[in-house]
Amino acid sequence: MSLQIEESPTTDGDVIQNYTINFGPQHPAAHGVLRMIMELDGEVIERVDPHVGLLHRGTEKLIESKTYLQALPYFDRLDYCSPLCQEHSYVLAIEKLLNVDVPERAQYLRVLFAELTRICNHMLNIGAHVMDVGAMTPNLWVFELREDCLNFFERASGARMHSAWFRPGGVHQDVPEKLLVDIGDWLDNRFFQLFDDAMSLVIDNRIFKQRNVDIAVVGRDDAIAWGFSGPMIRAAGIPWDLRKSQPYDVYDRMEFDIPVGTNSDCYDRFMVRLGEVRESAKIIKQCLAQMPQGPIASTDGKVSPPKRGEMKQSMESLIHHFKLYTEGFHVPEGEVYVATESPKGEFGVYLVSDGSNKPYRCKIRPTAFSHLQAMDMMSKGHMLPDATAILGAIDVVFGECDR
Amino acid sequence: MSMTVHPAPKFASNDGVIETLSEAVSVWLERAVEHHGEIFLTVKRDAIADVLRILRDDHEYQQMMEIAGADYPDRAERFEVVYMLLSLTKNHRIMVKCSTDEATPVPTITTLWPNAGWLEREVFDMYGVVFDGNPDLRRILTDYGFEGHPFRKDFPMTGYTELRYSEEEKRVVYEPVELPQDMRTFDFLSPWEGADYVLPGDEKAEEKPAEAAPEPEAEASKDDPKDGVEFDIEEEDGE
Repeated sequence: MSLQIEESPTTDGDVIQNYTINFGPQHPAAHGVLRMIMELDGEVIERVDPHVGLLHRGTEKLIESKTYLQALPYFDRLDYCSPLCQEHSYVLAIEKLLNVDVPERAQYLRVLFAELTRICNHMLNIGAHVMDVGAMTPNLWVFELREDCLNFFERASGARMHSAWFRPGGVHQDVPEKLLVDIGDWLDNRFFQLFDDAMSLVIDNRIFKQRNVDIAVVGRDDAIAWGFSGPMIRAAGIPWDLRKSQPYDVYDRMEFDIPVGTNSDCYDRFMVRLGEVRESAKIIKQCLAQMPQGPIASTDGKVSPPKRGEMKQSMESLIHHFKLYTEGFHVPEGEVYVATESPKGEFGVYLVSDGSNKPYRCKIRPTAFSHLQAMDMMSKGHMLPDATAILGAIDVVFGECDR
Repeated sequence: MSMTVHPAPKFASNDGVIETLSEAVSVWLERAVEHHGEIFLTVKRDAIADVLRILRDDHEYQQMMEIAGADYPDRAERFEVVYMLLSLTKNHRIMVKCSTDEATPVPTITTLWPNAGWLEREVFDMYGVVFDGNPDLRRILTDYGFEGHPFRKDFPMTGYTELRYSEEEKRVVYEPVELPQDMRTFDFLSPWEGADYVLPGDEKAEEKPAEAAPEPEAEASKDDPKDGVEFDIEEEDGE
């Protein structure tokens, strides 16, 4: 009996090896809305074309129509995992144009909270990276710590994430003394117990190492040429940290080390972040020990608003308050590029002022842009599941990348 | 310049840098300025790649951190492209600029730094500056099929199209922007500080005197020669 099987379409003898898949835009391991068009040979990545911009909100354009102060909260919404560090670049850029003095206490507070933000950011990234390669528990543990950080932000500014707490000339409000005490207690009695416990599950874990060691090795020269910064360049063995080399606020008074990697793979990037968390804790402790009493915002009434009490008593303060919150302050004509060490790398703000109360142009340098661009170079020849490990080690957040 | 009191990042001193660099790229240099502690070199557009190569290879500016576009519609060449360079060894930053217009391409620097690719794409997407030689000059941040260059100063903040999910068509549809409320643009510039526009309502104040007292004067200025003739005749009569 001859059973005729219906013939399926053929390729006329051509062997198809490569195929193209869509990674994202909604993929839990893409850390946001990233679409990567991947050309695969079997399970080996041949080419990656990341499509970014799905979260583009035109922040830079919006900023052009806001006064300097009104534009500040946009920076919280860029990298929503480390909001205060983004504000830091922006307020420093304004201060550089204004050449305004910032009181010591404000500088200490800003450094303290920038470092707390770094811990907060790394808690998310370390957890997410570990989860991307298959471990569940450490993420839950470090999220607990992230929650603590967010509570501290809430006690300082009233908001857990979008603090808008750094202001040109200082910070918005002073913190209660109890908060500083609690941060110290938390570092001494809680943080490291949980953190070390969680990390002990990971750092020597066989599976974790198999997924990360020797993945996406980027040499020193490549790291420099591709514009890497932050943990990405430090993992390549270059001890480059803007807090150290180009200190801002009171970082020049802080004693801390720069953790560097040796192998420049995903595991090194992870370990560099681990080291940074410890250094951040050191800096926070130094801030707590050294922080003086005093004003928390510039005493220049043309830049920072008066205290509530003063406003009720003094006509001049009332006028200052009214002018600052309607017209805002005028910034002298000029252009500056100010970059700070955000947890993800060099976060820069190129601010052009035409002398009015609104920025003429505000270009934001996202950290993820250069790193993600190297995705093709880094993942070539690796397996498909390695792409998630590489992405996790880049520490990419799309609010910042797409702006 | 007055003393620096701000707490912004302090990199290595600018002393002598501008002289050294100006000399190195003097052939192509248009302007070299230092203000607010930042060094800007404005160079000829066609030579931008040469200038940056010299700065990278001979003057240790190893990293190109950022390319920013900026739009100045009043200028003959309205766009400015700004390259931020960073020296890891000298711990120093400079900015190099060139200008262009809608039609003239800027030479690419993807040959010097691989990360220039996306940065140039972004400037192209946002401002419409074309980079000659960039192998992959697609749009990057805007939507697939987007038209126009949103960061130009003459592009409205609201854009031209909006999109929504249509229940009837079961897909996302694009429509012209329709604002239920006017775009709120507040102008807080003080009229006492040289605002050169008429405040809303002030136009009525100007109309009123023009109707009443100085009417003949207004007429006089309107048709000057005719009035002059009449005046002459009157004078003659008097004599």
